[in-house]
Amino acid sequence: MDLKDKILSSYVAFENEMDMNSDIHEIRMKSLENFEKLGFPSKKLEEWKYTSLNTVLKNDYSLFPNKEVSVDLADVKKYFIHDIDSYKVVFIDGKYNSFLSETTHDTIDVCLMSAALTKPKYKIVIENYFNKIAKQDNLTSLNTAFAKEGSYINIPKNVEVQKPIQIINLTTGSEIATMMQPRNLIVLEENAHVQIIERHQSLNSNAVLSNVVTEVFVARNATVDYYKIQNDNLNASLVDNTFIEQKTNSEVSVHTFSFGGNITRNNLNFYQRGEHINSILKGITIIEDKQLVDHHTLVHHIGPNCESHQDYKGIYDERSTGVFNGKVLVAKEAQKTNAYQQNNNILVSDKANVNAKPQLEIFADDVKCSHGCTIGQLDDEALFYMQQRGIPKKEGKALLMYAFANTVLESVKIPEVKSRITKLIAQKLKINIGFNL
Amino acid sequence: MILKINNLHSTVDGKTILKGLNIEVKAGEVHAIMGPNGSGKSTLANIIAGKEDYEVTQGTIELNGENISELSPEERAHAGVFLSFQYPVEIPGVSVTNFIKTSINENRKARGLEDMPAKDMLQKIREKSELLEIDRKFLSRSLNEGFSGGEKKRNEIFQMAMLEPKLAILDETDSGLDIDALRIVANGVNKLKSKDNAVIVITHYQRLLDYIVPDFVHVLYDGKIVKSGVASLALEIEAKGYDWIKQELENLV
Repeated sequence: MDLKDKILSSYVAFENEMDMNSDIHEIRMKSLENFEKLGFPSKKLEEWKYTSLNTVLKNDYSLFPNKEVSVDLADVKKYFIHDIDSYKVVFIDGKYNSFLSETTHDTIDVCLMSAALTKPKYKIVIENYFNKIAKQDNLTSLNTAFAKEGSYINIPKNVEVQKPIQIINLTTGSEIATMMQPRNLIVLEENAHVQIIERHQSLNSNAVLSNVVTEVFVARNATVDYYKIQNDNLNASLVDNTFIEQKTNSEVSVHTFSFGGNITRNNLNFYQRGEHINSILKGITIIEDKQLVDHHTLVHHIGPNCESHQDYKGIYDERSTGVFNGKVLVAKEAQKTNAYQQNNNILVSDKANVNAKPQLEIFADDVKCSHGCTIGQLDDEALFYMQQRGIPKKEGKALLMYAFANTVLESVKIPEVKSRITKLIAQKLKINIGFNL
Repeated sequence: MILKINNLHSTVDGKTILKGLNIEVKAGEVHAIMGPNGSGKSTLANIIAGKEDYEVTQGTIELNGENISELSPEERAHAGVFLSFQYPVEIPGVSVTNFIKTSINENRKARGLEDMPAKDMLQKIREKSELLEIDRKFLSRSLNEGFSGGEKKRNEIFQMAMLEPKLAILDETDSGLDIDALRIVANGVNKLKSKDNAVIVITHYQRLLDYIVPDFVHVLYDGKIVKSGVASLALEIEAKGYDWIKQELENLV
């Protein structure tokens, strides 16, 4: 039985635990039908031309891991940004772990999706927002069909959340292969502000496939800083489907740091419904071995006078592969749009490869849209310059790569996240640079 | 003897650039190397610094009596060679301060020393940036990125001041400098001169030599030193160009 059949046939068991009379279940059923029709994406689809899931889909995944595995804080602490006070929503093998978490209902809601989907208190919010901007495509539909657990975050009007919220999904590898479908919903009312850090981490080398869907609704004047840290084991794959809807005067930035995993696919979608909206999409990818990182971004400029800034940097060693597909859609009404897209890549090895595709579809006539893409090697002149100043070639290379990625780090607003990322970069580049990163 | 180059021949991309060059530079001396475009001046600078694109086919380069022709660029730097680049490279993302700290500590590491204590480093940076009249804000900017021509050259000499090399080669350090910047840069170089180190100034023009007065002036032409003299030779070249030297050579043949 292939994975698709296995998933479809497991649905009866899954829904048995759900409230089958709820509106949510209606949505789940429709999504299941959709997935049944579409199946998993293949390379025949334009959107998946450079990224094949075939090898990943061959694993015999456990869909609902049931073993209770205890995890020591000491073993997983390193996957948290632990030197700051923060809210935490932690899942182990898809199940909420109250010991590692710190949730709240005090003014704001930082809690569980399972609660939001079932308790009457959240009914209106769920009705208004759940599955409203998630695409009805293959993998998002699959997630929606099994939507049950994840993080639910609701920030009321005028609330500036003082500490970041960490969403951590750990998989213990208690099964040979585990498939996860985390589902997050984040709603910000007018003038609210929040910072979010998201991480998916497997704790051993068993195979993991996480198919995550996150919907983020950002009302007028609200701001979100979102950091995604992807530095997983070589057998862990991730498909991150994030959908963000912004209203007038809102600002959202998403930084994606992709330092490892088997296949990492980021589908990051922005919908600008209003005016004077700013969307910032940044990423640093540093990979080696046979790893693949695929960034598919979409910024849909729907209203006028809005901005988007994309800046993705990639460093590829050994036989790794990078994909960047940046789509900017400017609707006819979206006059005075200012859309900027930059994608720069360094190939460290002859066997690494990068597929870069800027995709601009512009229907308005008074816009500023720019895009730039480079694929190159380290600059020999710069290397000689550094060697001349006594910096050995190896350190010089690392320093150049660090410098290359550094422009993306400048906009990271949480100092502890910034220092963690710089450490991860130094680790990835196997260097000890003579100054404090 | 700081530098001794003996019968140096070199090629780049199969093309012969230096054709038997000899030069001796003693401690405490300033040498100027002049010459028309394409005579091999920058090649010489890059070869002493160890740039890999240039192949030494014959001859030796000795620094303090030790043959350095086979050393990597960083090893030559550790041995005390400093090249002030004609076109300093921009490195976005690394500040001037972090770059010079890395550079100093790598040089110390090569000599088996610990990192320079932060306090000493700061003190030194303060002192040397004052010498070159460099604004502190400038030190936190990305190396050479968006710097004016003058700022880039001043930054080169600032690094030289920080590293205190045995042999400093200034490759067209005067190009792109206005008269004030020229004065500051020259003043910096003069302050760094001592009886233990040596400076080679590569230039097209006499202008810089008004400020950094050379003990010897050499004319490089067609891959060889064809004429050497004292400071007055530079003035003569300024007044008469190079044609008379070329003429002298032809007459010799």
